[in-house]
Amino acid sequence: MLTFAMQAAFLLFSIALLLNVWRLVKGPSTPDRILALDTIYINSLALLLLLGIWHSSTFYFEAALLIAMLGFIGTVVAAKFLLRGDIIE
Amino acid sequence: MAELPFWAECLITFFLILGGSFALIGSLGLARLPDFMTRLHAPTKNTTLGVGGVVLASITYFSASSGVSLHELLIACFLFLTAPISAHLLAKAALHLELKTISATQDLRSHPGPFSSAENPEISTESADNESTQEIKSSNQN
Repeated sequence: MLTFAMQAAFLLFSIALLLNVWRLVKGPSTPDRILALDTIYINSLALLLLLGIWHSSTFYFEAALLIAMLGFIGTVVAAKFLLRGDIIE
Repeated sequence: MAELPFWAECLITFFLILGGSFALIGSLGLARLPDFMTRLHAPTKNTTLGVGGVVLASITYFSASSGVSLHELLIACFLFLTAPISAHLLAKAALHLELKTISATQDLRSHPGPFSSAENPEISTESADNESTQEIKSSNQN
């Protein structure tokens, strides 16, 4: 049962990632693309956590935490650049 | 994957399916909704909840297989704190860029709602000023 649930979760997150990539390519405006990138890093973080369960390894959590921090900083910096035309004033 | 007791497998399966469904619904909303302001709603709430489901499944798995492990909660706490901040900054950027919106998405700066016009007459006068300036701009363009 657990193997089936893991495969189903992998499939669901992969479809979600494909939809995000579609929005990233299509997105009519720049905030759409930033939002798609934000969702992509959150979904890939969840995929890393799933991989950690699949391999029974705790080494993936540090990578997931790093992705969370750097992705948040990237989103904030990109939105700030759109808003002010500059990052550090 | 290690062998687990039956109740732990049931709990992990529930959390995994819940998280995956939330993430898929959020990304579907991001791909399908017609407008940036409506598109902002779907991933910022649903995808965060999807990661929350996966984190709960991971906590259950590692606690059932080897001792109590709670350090996945760090990721969940960080995401639940930072998702509203990034959504707020993206909404401010979209307002600044004045993106195209569908007609159901109302801009309360130019069309004040019933609450703001009834309670704060100052806002309505400001919006009247905005409308007059917009008329001036349009007349200049003409």
